[in-house]
Amino acid sequence: MNLEKVVFAFFIVLALTMNFGFFVGEMNDPLHHNVYELYAAIVVNLIATVLKFGDRTHIGAVLLATSLVADLHLIAAAIAWGVGLYVLDMGNDVLGIVVSLSAGALLANITSVVLLVVETMSLRK
Amino acid sequence: MTKVTSLILRRMRVPLLVLIASYSISILGFVVIPGIDENGQRWHMTFFDSIYFVSYMATTIGFGELPQPFSAAQRMWATITIYLSVVSWVYAIGSILSLVQNNLLKRTIEEGRFTRSVKKLGENFFIICGYGETASLLVYALNNRGFRTVVIDNDSERIDELSMTDIPHFVPALEADASNSRILIEAGLFNDNCQGVVALTDSEEVNLKIAITCRLLKKTVKVICRAESLDTEANMRSFSTDYIVNPFESFASRLAMALHSPSSYLINQWLTGVPGTRLLEPVLPPRGLWLLCGFGRFGKAVHRFLTFEGITTRIIESDHELTEPPEGSIKGRGTEAVTLRNAGISEAVGIVAGTNNDTNNLSIIYTAKEQKQDLFTVARQNLGDNKKLFQNAELDIVMERSDIIAHEILSVILAPLLASFLQQVQSHGNQWSCELVSRLIAVVGETTPDTWGININDKEAPAVVRVLQQGDQVVVGDLNRNHLNREEKLHLMVLMISRADEDKGAGYKLITLPEDDYPLESGDEILFCSREGVRNEISWVLNNSNALYYVQTGEQESDSWIWRFFSGRQSIVDSDEV
Repeated sequence: MNLEKVVFAFFIVLALTMNFGFFVGEMNDPLHHNVYELYAAIVVNLIATVLKFGDRTHIGAVLLATSLVADLHLIAAAIAWGVGLYVLDMGNDVLGIVVSLSAGALLANITSVVLLVVETMSLRK
Repeated sequence: MTKVTSLILRRMRVPLLVLIASYSISILGFVVIPGIDENGQRWHMTFFDSIYFVSYMATTIGFGELPQPFSAAQRMWATITIYLSVVSWVYAIGSILSLVQNNLLKRTIEEGRFTRSVKKLGENFFIICGYGETASLLVYALNNRGFRTVVIDNDSERIDELSMTDIPHFVPALEADASNSRILIEAGLFNDNCQGVVALTDSEEVNLKIAITCRLLKKTVKVICRAESLDTEANMRSFSTDYIVNPFESFASRLAMALHSPSSYLINQWLTGVPGTRLLEPVLPPRGLWLLCGFGRFGKAVHRFLTFEGITTRIIESDHELTEPPEGSIKGRGTEAVTLRNAGISEAVGIVAGTNNDTNNLSIIYTAKEQKQDLFTVARQNLGDNKKLFQNAELDIVMERSDIIAHEILSVILAPLLASFLQQVQSHGNQWSCELVSRLIAVVGETTPDTWGININDKEAPAVVRVLQQGDQVVVGDLNRNHLNREEKLHLMVLMISRADEDKGAGYKLITLPEDDYPLESGDEILFCSREGVRNEISWVLNNSNALYYVQTGEQESDSWIWRFFSGRQSIVDSDEV
């Protein structure tokens, strides 16, 4: 067992689960979408991205790309939330945008985990 | 992703993780920790407030406590986060700085730059391994002749030296071990424009390794190597190295040639010399007893060739155990009169000062001349810096290693046929060479001639090929007429034609000194020798149909269609297109 691989897989899977946890629930219900969960998802996603830096293999490059896509979506969601709430005074209506953006990030994170699984499967035992 | 960015990203992984961690902890802390407003109510920072505060706090901008004065708990947390964020920033910046100074990164950037500039060359180039005296001569001459060069040397000082010298084109250079196949590939071994690899490093082993690497990786590339011992030479030959330059052997064989056929020697020197310099005077080494000072690699080579010529030699060598000279050799350095007298200088006709020390060599020659005025003197010059000294010492022949190697390699690169021509010269004997010498002088005058080769093909002689394709003849004599006035002969001589020989399959037929009415064929390789600058004149005849038509017939070809119509004849170009 390699500790580096454990940490790597841990953060990638955690990014997906956090993302999913935030996304799941009624679209416009603020009770279903916790701001702390979005925050945690962003932080974990950033960590996962940095962990993927510097891998020169092809699969490493694709992994990094999916992570960057997820980051983009989640940060866009956070900005949209902030702007909608404090600048445009949209109230809870902004949640629709935030949640749909996080859905995009979720797809990217799923791809990332699928790639991770594929890579692991292709390793010889 | 390039190697450099990948390396930077990999090194920045930990600092970035530390930054992300410290920021996220700080931000979370401010959201969680409650504040108390003036009414005594608990309030919480939003994520937006928290990110805003941490952003200006961590970068030490410090706008103060926003959106309202902090509670004691918040201030405590702020104190902790100040240290946390500043420390992580210092760590991150420190890592970036140390990364910039990192040798591995520097090296990677340098290699990347080198590979890119090699890729961008876009012209025919040679890879030169080892940048010493020989290589600097070679790089300069090749650049002047329109070839680009790429230099590899494992000494950074020499690479710096290269960047200081005044060469018309940019020469990509890398400090690296040329025996490493990866480095050779980076230097463009697989590039289509790579014409050849020249191995000139100080180490025989490295040269050998380069020869092997190139042979195994790319069969078509021309490999030229320097070898200073017979072992290495034989070893390189077994790897079918295209050309091996052994300065000692080639000098000794020339000295032997000068003894048995002075004219052949003269032709050899003229054709491989630097164009434009004064023609060498004929030298006539006498037969009789020769003294050989120094029995190292050079001495041994000279001894072998002189013995082969039937010349008696007596060797003077200080270290008999190391060099093992033949019986009857004298012990000593040759710089003292006593040693020379013991060796029998009074009967000797010539002396070769061949030690590896320039001062000793000059001293030997002077001492010997004091003893006997009319000695034939040959000295070996080891360092290029001593050139002036040897020029002024009134020697009959100077053997300068780097010069010999550079000229041999140049002639191999610029006129591949020259080596076969010189072999022909040697086999024809002195009488034949004598006649050639007088013909050469008539053509080239008093300066060393320019020797070069061309192929009769679409690229190098399109006009000639077009005429030949129509079934008309082009003869050797057409080539040395002036395209402005055909009665005037160019100062040019065709030394040899090499033609694929169908009888022998892949073999070649060599026609030495063809007559003026000898017909050319498509695919011929021609070796020319001319005054400097004539090469540009002849390119008119080779490339321009009208110029060729004129030198062949004496008639001016009309340039435009109308004039051709009125003059009532089809042009070469037109009938070709029909």
